[in-house]
Amino acid sequence: MNTNKKGLIGRIRTLGWGFAAMLFIAGILFWGAFNTAMEWTNREEFCISCHEMKDNVYQEYRNTIHASNRSGVRATCPDCHVPKAWGPKMIRKIQASNEVLHKVLGTIDTPEKFNAKRLELAKHEWDRMKKTDSRECRNCHNYDGFDYAEQGRRSSKMHQTGLNEGKTCIDCHKGIAHQLPEVEQAIGAPKDGATPEEFHPPVAPEQAKPEAEKAPRG
Amino acid sequence: MNKPTFNSARLRAAALALCLAQTFLAPVAAVAASEPPIKLMSLRGAEINASDPEGDGTRYGRDQAPLPRDFVQQPPLIPHTIKGYTVTKNFNKCLDCHAWARAKETGATKISVTHFKTRDGEELSSVSPRRYFCNQCHVPQSDAKPLVGNTFKPGTGMR
Repeated sequence: MNTNKKGLIGRIRTLGWGFAAMLFIAGILFWGAFNTAMEWTNREEFCISCHEMKDNVYQEYRNTIHASNRSGVRATCPDCHVPKAWGPKMIRKIQASNEVLHKVLGTIDTPEKFNAKRLELAKHEWDRMKKTDSRECRNCHNYDGFDYAEQGRRSSKMHQTGLNEGKTCIDCHKGIAHQLPEVEQAIGAPKDGATPEEFHPPVAPEQAKPEAEKAPRG
Repeated sequence: MNKPTFNSARLRAAALALCLAQTFLAPVAAVAASEPPIKLMSLRGAEINASDPEGDGTRYGRDQAPLPRDFVQQPPLIPHTIKGYTVTKNFNKCLDCHAWARAKETGATKISVTHFKTRDGEELSSVSPRRYFCNQCHVPQSDAKPLVGNTFKPGTGMR
């Protein structure tokens, strides 16, 4: 190790400190460019530059509270669909290469094709949110900051019971920004869509315990 | 590739001919009929193609206890805001709480058993599809002033 280190310093000395500084600056430039390119793909305009998004899910989102509201504070596509932290963001961006493949294959390039896949696509997002305890919701909606006196009669009650049971946002708040796939609700003929258990996942007992202990605090 | 181009060219010609015919023949027809032109009016005097009026300050009420009924067989009013609640072919937001299977957890009023009947009076084991569109009968309330006065009094048994 020691000889190696000496060798490295020796090598830099032979190349000159100027070269080392150049390497350092090149590193900064590369990182800056990489980050800029990454953020360029993290904009609503980039997301809806493909018609799969623009003609389907984006149109459904436009009338929802996250796109149009009293004060104009908006949550755009990447706010919910791309993690903020660097590691998870990289993983999600690499997974998105699959979406590029299906863009090329034209898997969901008409509303009919999109609706045929809606249940599967929705389930992917429900699962992703469930696994991270609805991390992207909580980037803005921190439930430690909930003022239950300001919430309505129904939301105040449901938030307190749900959170004490160890539920996470996505367990109840599905289809808030896009239309839902078929959901079985026992009306008329049975539907092939999401089952009641998928739509309202029951609380697992081992999950309920640690959250229940938090109850007196809230 | 040639054939469709030829067809579309013919189609375009036909459309053009139709447009021309309309432009020249329509006034002739109108004069021939010699009737006063129909004046389109909206119910409350606004322009037909005007966009929705801006908010006039009326608000849908916040969550409240169930509202009293004023006449026999009145569909119960919705005592909460329903903004953003959609009823689509895929999903009925109302029944996400008011269905019998969901009411216990959510504390919502259960959907009436009268909604389990077909129009021929046949009892079903679940909600009848003809009752799917809740807002056809059940509506929320806002603090808007009545547009016209009225002397309506609730039924004697409902007061």
